[in-house]
Amino acid sequence: MSKQKPVVELTIPVMPDMELLATQTSAAVAKHMNLDEEKTAEINMALSEACINAFEHSESKSEIEIHFKISDDRLVIQVTDSGKGFDKSKVDIPNIEEKISSEYKRGWGLKLIEELMDKVKFDSSEEGTTVTMTKNK
Amino acid sequence: MPDFNIAVREQGDIIIVDTDGYLNNVGGEIIASECYSQIEKGKKIFVLNLEKSPVVNSIGVSILIEIIEKLQDVDGSLGYCNLAPIVDKTFSIMGLTKYSTIYTDEADAINNLS
Repeated sequence: MSKQKPVVELTIPVMPDMELLATQTSAAVAKHMNLDEEKTAEINMALSEACINAFEHSESKSEIEIHFKISDDRLVIQVTDSGKGFDKSKVDIPNIEEKISSEYKRGWGLKLIEELMDKVKFDSSEEGTTVTMTKNK
Repeated sequence: MPDFNIAVREQGDIIIVDTDGYLNNVGGEIIASECYSQIEKGKKIFVLNLEKSPVVNSIGVSILIEIIEKLQDVDGSLGYCNLAPIVDKTFSIMGLTKYSTIYTDEADAINNLS
C-alpha cells in the first residue's frame, strides 16, 4: 500500500494582507521539503499573487481555500475561491510598454504566477475559480 | 496591517528613499506621494533603497510604474538598490528594468546617477 501524500489545508478570510498568512504557511511547507531559498521565494510570490487575485477579482465575499499537496518531487498548491469566475483567454498579457502610458497599471498577477511556477492551471466557472500551481523540487 | 515606513535623504541632486515594510498598495502610495512631492520641488533623480522591503506584491510595484511615468514627464530617473533576489526577479518580469535601473547597492546607484 502506498503512503498517502501529506496535504496542508488553510482557509483565509477575504481581508487585506491575508496573503501574508498564506505565504507563512508556504514557507513552512517549503522548509519541510528542503526547497532552496530561490524556489521558496518564487512559491511565496506566486501564492501571494494568486490570493490577491482571488481577493480582488473574484468578488468572492467568503473565504479562500488553499491546499498544499506535498510529494517527493514537487509541491502542488491549489487556491480556490467561490467568486464569479473568469475567462483566462480574455485576460490580456500585460507589457510594460503599454502599461507605462495606460491609466490601468495593474493586472500583473497571472503573468507573475506563470513565470514563477513550473506549471499553472486555471479551472473557472460561475461558481468559482481554482488555480493549481506546481513547483518541481 | 503591516507597517510601512520611509525615510528620505538627499545626496546632491539625488533623493534616496529608504523603505521599511511590505511594498503593497499602501507602501506604493506612500512612496509615490513622497516622490510626487519632491518632483514638485524640482527633484528628478530618485533611488529607492529596498533593503528592508524584501516582500512586495504586484499592486505595490504597479505604483512604481506610475512614478516612472511621472518622471518621464520631467526627464527624470528612478533607480533601486539592495533588492532581495525575488524582488529583482519580479521587477524584471514586469519589465521595470526597461525604464528604470537596478543597482547593487547605494554607492553603485549614486556613482551612476551623479
